[in-house]
Amino acid sequence: MSNIAATAAPSSETAAALPTRLAKGFVDRLVIIVPYLWLLFFFLVPFVIVFKISLSQTAISMPPYTPVLDFTDGVSGFLAGLRELNFDNYTWLTQDALYFNAYVTSLIIAGISTILTLIVGYPIAYGMARAPATVRPILLMLVILPFWTSFLIRVYAWIGILKPEGLLNQMLLSLHLISQPLVILNTYTAIFIGIVYSYLPFMVLPLYSSLEKMDYSLIEAAQDLGCPPTGAFWKITFPLSLPGVIAGCLLVFIPAVGEFVIPDLLGGSQTLMIGKTLWNEFFANRDWPVSSAVAVILLLVLTVPIMFFQQAQARAQEQGK
Amino acid sequence: MKSLGSIRRDFAPWNDPNAKPYIQFDKVTKKFGDFTAVNNLSLTIFEREFFALLGASGCGKSTLLRMLAGFEQPTAGRILLDGQDLRGIPPYRRPVNMMFQSYALFPHMTVEKNIAFGLKQEGMPASDIEKRVAEMLRLVKLEQFAKRKPHQLSGGQRQRVALARSVAKRPKVLLLDEPLGALDKKLREETQFELMDLQQELGLTFVVVTHDQEEAMTMADRIAIMDKGEVVQVATPAEIYEAPTSRFVAHFVGNVNMFEGKVAERAANTTRITGATGAQIVVENAADAANGADIVFAIRPEKIKVSSKKPADAVNALQGEVYDVAYLGDMTVYHIKLDDGQIVRASALNASRVTEDPLTWNDRAWVSFRPDAGVVLTR
Repeated sequence: MSNIAATAAPSSETAAALPTRLAKGFVDRLVIIVPYLWLLFFFLVPFVIVFKISLSQTAISMPPYTPVLDFTDGVSGFLAGLRELNFDNYTWLTQDALYFNAYVTSLIIAGISTILTLIVGYPIAYGMARAPATVRPILLMLVILPFWTSFLIRVYAWIGILKPEGLLNQMLLSLHLISQPLVILNTYTAIFIGIVYSYLPFMVLPLYSSLEKMDYSLIEAAQDLGCPPTGAFWKITFPLSLPGVIAGCLLVFIPAVGEFVIPDLLGGSQTLMIGKTLWNEFFANRDWPVSSAVAVILLLVLTVPIMFFQQAQARAQEQGK
Repeated sequence: MKSLGSIRRDFAPWNDPNAKPYIQFDKVTKKFGDFTAVNNLSLTIFEREFFALLGASGCGKSTLLRMLAGFEQPTAGRILLDGQDLRGIPPYRRPVNMMFQSYALFPHMTVEKNIAFGLKQEGMPASDIEKRVAEMLRLVKLEQFAKRKPHQLSGGQRQRVALARSVAKRPKVLLLDEPLGALDKKLREETQFELMDLQQELGLTFVVVTHDQEEAMTMADRIAIMDKGEVVQVATPAEIYEAPTSRFVAHFVGNVNMFEGKVAERAANTTRITGATGAQIVVENAADAANGADIVFAIRPEKIKVSSKKPADAVNALQGEVYDVAYLGDMTVYHIKLDDGQIVRASALNASRVTEDPLTWNDRAWVSFRPDAGVVLTR
């Protein structure tokens, strides 16, 4: 008797629950769909358009390139276009050393700036995480505060600080620390300063969140077992903050590679970065196809290694669990 | 030979005036701002002793332990270990190791690496480290978990790793901060005995901080009861239980009945007490209570006999009625409401399966106890 009741109960429950469960499944899926739609319309579709332009040739027209792979001539026209498809713009990028140099310089500048940002940001994040819990929200606010002013204005402000007759030189001269104004503006140093300053919050915030979670008794345990404070930092604190270090570095490195405003305003004309090259191709040369090819390659240079990296990390995490 | 409690202790350096103290807290005070966590406290612990600091949270017991480990500096006073003043010695140079309440296992290291951590800091050769780690793993029965990370272990296993890590360096003193607090009851009881065996085997001095009186009673050679930054009593578990020196200690450890009263008459061996409501109680060992002094007579529930008729030979017998009764299996607990209104808790061990004299709610009953069954407290 009880057996029958036991088996009957779930089925009747299923029957009643089915419509609501379907509705719930639909809602769940809808929630997941939103970010996918976002990616589709604001990443994938623009990317396909840029990729298409990168396969065309410049032309004196509106827009300034020959149509490629469109359906104005029907399916047969599309297929004919497919046969004529060439990657001339990409070959062109390999033939002119300018592009290769710009990519490499950008990666190096972004790499050095990322390391500098890490060096500057880590102590800040560490200090914040160890500050009394009541002070932390204020410190967090101070880190985020610069975002309330325009990025462009903040970079412009650095011109006023760094230029030969700027604030920094005036101060150093008046303190008699230097006799000649330092040339900082329009050098790579200025770019580093600009990037470190602008991207610091992106480094500090993930570092802070991983350091703040850390149990301080781990440090005490390390010291208790005979490890001096510096050793405890490198053996315990730093390894445990690695997820924050990696996240912060990616958040700084990726946008820094394609950075245009900072090298343009602070780096002067002789600095070579891929963001500036792209801007020149697009606005000065009006060569949309080549600049599109530059953009596509930049995307590949950034995403492919990161994808591999994330895959490796996921695998490591899987093994750890 | 008569002795308090049921255990004969042959290891009792605290009774030997020539025994050399191993750990000495000498008038130690610790203040955090306005708050005094430890107040002018002096305490001596001997080598190979299993010493427990017992008290409610905030009584200063953890602060005392952290000062010994070197994480806090005393505001005043000295701490000596084996004759050496520990002032100014940082935690990483002290020959003591601590087992943390949270275990504080390094999450990014395997069990093996966690245990080897302290040995590596010492600069021990790799082959010796390997041997010691294997030995430790065997000691805590975790050989097959050597390559696991802490999050892959159960709570009990983590506790063992923490223990192995803290004894791996063979410290002079092992400090344990609520070592069993995170374990469930059954596992806790098992582990208590394992800890005692381990201490015997390694011959180390253990100082354990706990708020669990049963834990302290089970494991410790001596217990220091702490309250508001001060030590109230230091004694063996049996002395703490059978001969508390203050109401606080009597109340803090175990259950107790308290009779307020005055010393009525002192004789050679016995003292007669008049209870606040007129009850007459005759006791032995009312050592320092003067005639007419206000005192408290404290008696444990299991020392009180409950019966329906007045026992013929009883020196102390009071009448009342059964207010509540609870059968717990191994024992039965009675709440007897005396005729003067006071409720007395008594417990009887169910040594046999059948009871001659069963009682129920509202029965008239007698409570009786021997003159040496309780203690007279003047504080």
